[in-house]
Amino acid sequence: MAEILRYDRVDIAYNGKTVITGVSFDLRPGEILGIVGESGSGKSTVIKAAMGLLGPSGQVTRGDIFYKGKDLPDLSPAEMRRLNGPELGMIFQSAGASFCPIRTVGAQLYESMTEHERVTKADFTHRACELLQKIGFEDGMRILNSYPFELSGGMQQRVGIAAAMLMNPSILFADEPTSALDVSVQKQVVEEMLLVREAFGTSIVIVTHNIGVIGAMADNVMVMKDGRMVEYGETRQVLDDPREAYTKTLMAAVPRLKR
Amino acid sequence: MPMQPILKVENLTKVFKSNGRPDFTAVDHIGFELMPGECLGLIGESGSGKSTVANLITRLTDMSEGRVLLDGRDITRLSGSALREAYRQMQMVFQTPTESFDPRHTLGDGIGESLRNFGACRAEVKKRVAALLTQCGLPAEFADRYPHQVSGGQCQRAAIARAIAIEPRLLICDEATSALDVTIQKEVIALLGRLREAMHLSILFICHDIALVQQFCDRVMVMYKGKIVEEGVPDEVIRNPKNDYTKRLIESIL
Repeated sequence: MAEILRYDRVDIAYNGKTVITGVSFDLRPGEILGIVGESGSGKSTVIKAAMGLLGPSGQVTRGDIFYKGKDLPDLSPAEMRRLNGPELGMIFQSAGASFCPIRTVGAQLYESMTEHERVTKADFTHRACELLQKIGFEDGMRILNSYPFELSGGMQQRVGIAAAMLMNPSILFADEPTSALDVSVQKQVVEEMLLVREAFGTSIVIVTHNIGVIGAMADNVMVMKDGRMVEYGETRQVLDDPREAYTKTLMAAVPRLKR
Repeated sequence: MPMQPILKVENLTKVFKSNGRPDFTAVDHIGFELMPGECLGLIGESGSGKSTVANLITRLTDMSEGRVLLDGRDITRLSGSALREAYRQMQMVFQTPTESFDPRHTLGDGIGESLRNFGACRAEVKKRVAALLTQCGLPAEFADRYPHQVSGGQCQRAAIARAIAIEPRLLICDEATSALDVTIQKEVIALLGRLREAMHLSILFICHDIALVQQFCDRVMVMYKGKIVEEGVPDEVIRNPKNDYTKRLIESIL
């Protein structure tokens, strides 16, 4: 099947200093790609580039990022705004912190939706409740009427997923979505993202340092170090039978539970 | 004669009180013993009370109830020089190494502080600090660096050097490797293992990573909502968890 997202030899620089060199990969519809690496390896920068979130000092200096035939780094901020949300969704490490603390979850989700489409409040409420139910909240209304701080960290993170999924994007970028969570909640969030793929055929790019999360959900995985791809391939092969020396070191360092 | 535990905790309780809110019992009547040379893991989810336990034992937080005995001596109500004397036997390694050092002082100042407090002269301290840094796998020149000039892993090595400077018998590690990358974590764990052997250290190892506890600890306690719900040899607890919470915890590991 044709790919939905394609990185072609991408270089990224902050303040003229190259931090990412030669990253290439294809993402098929419905595929989950995991990007792993240690802190400072550039894994977050790679997905920020697709969303236009590199900030004023960051720039794609070479290569292309194609999404449905459009070269994302060439788009104007206005064009990018139209894509971010309805087509490209994003989940951050601390979803709680990306909400405004003094407005209800419902008000904020409604605002983000009306930014992109004409929708009545009733229609929104119906869709939001349906979605919240799908990702494991029985009483969606209660969540919509809550303030972010009234929800636990795990609930906030799941609401973050809901916020990203509300406009049914084709690609979901998730930057360390489970790193701040306890293992039991981490498992829930992973299961919910798998559910989202199942239900909507969403492609997911997940950036994490947690090899367990990658093993549980990714089809393919890319290992990064110092801004370069070290290894890229099918998840089981990379995790169980790594070819590169660095991947071997990384896998050997991960504490594994012996049951 | 049976061996005396290096650390004995009885009925340890902490109730946090704040105006207009119901009291919160973070640590709820727990008790345990840590034997000389033993490495005891304490696991549990965030908010379960693990770090409060560490802070109570080290007297960084005042306990509401209970007793702490260090090598048979009741340290529950010590203060001033008597408490400082207790810190000769008990030292702590914290989760965020960079924040645990004073940013205005060099690593060497931080590592040597306990030695100076206990009366070592300047030249002696300098020599000891260099030896400690080397022992912890850092170049001796790192004594002149400031915390922000070194990486997280290097800073944690320095924090370990600081903790072992006065040759304590008990080391309390509160998520000491959680902020580090896995490859660095592996090195720091290897370092702790070496020091443990060489210095016959007892370690209370607080950690949320059960797999790491299984690798490193002789015994593990599972904490949930302020109580210790299960205790045993890590392999046993992981293979045959008895408590419902422990079962759920083990099942969630990906």
